[in-house]
Amino acid sequence: MDQRHNQEQPLLSEELRRQMLRFATLQLKDAALAEDAVQEALLGAFKYADSFTGRAAYKNWVFAILKHKIVDVIRKNQRLVTVTSLGADDSNDLEEQLFNRFGMWHKQERPVEWSAPESSQEDDEFWTLFELCLDKLPPNQGRTFMMREFVGLESPEICRELNLTVSNLNVLLYRARLRLRECLENTWQQQGDCTC
Amino acid sequence: MLSCHKATQLMSESQERPLGTGEKLSLALHTMMCKGCRNFERQLPVIRSLARTYVARSDDDKTDTGPSR
Repeated sequence: MDQRHNQEQPLLSEELRRQMLRFATLQLKDAALAEDAVQEALLGAFKYADSFTGRAAYKNWVFAILKHKIVDVIRKNQRLVTVTSLGADDSNDLEEQLFNRFGMWHKQERPVEWSAPESSQEDDEFWTLFELCLDKLPPNQGRTFMMREFVGLESPEICRELNLTVSNLNVLLYRARLRLRECLENTWQQQGDCTC
Repeated sequence: MLSCHKATQLMSESQERPLGTGEKLSLALHTMMCKGCRNFERQLPVIRSLARTYVARSDDDKTDTGPSR
């Protein structure tokens, strides 16, 4: 029980707050909403801080709460994802740019083989690029991609949370992956033309 | 024969649901002949694992150099 007092400092560390804020901002694209979500997650987690003996466990717990808060916020702000905005910021421009009228890759857009994707993961510079590419996703694509791949929600859950049909969701995820892949290839792999 | 557009859509969907036999077959036929889509198919799981590693990095301490105790 007294453990907590030894840990008091790290539990409120600025670094943890910063990481959480970055995580929330990426998904909510709104500084104020992100700030609120982080605040609430920290408050919620702090109530139970007694049950944690280690910093790492506490951190996982706080992030788990934060993920739920983010989903909550997104649900409360459903205007963020509406059928109209789906059309507005998620047009198929990119697909037209990548594929010809027969649906085949334009020659210069054809995916090339990636060299050593694993080795880059040690590299801070790579993660900066990765974040930049994430930032370039249109909001709805980014949001669904992150709910799927960051928060780890299954498709039916996301559809429920965001009021999307499965085929809407599939289109959003497809475009997000297409765009992310393209951006990674052009920046990180530095091959082919740079369209982004 | 599938177009690359359709083939890559199916590949993306295969990360959400198991594909049917017919879908798998036409996809296999396509990738057999299309290098670009073969690369795409290999990169999708890389992107997924990058996303997971990215989150784990935020969760864990890798970047954390602040005073810890």
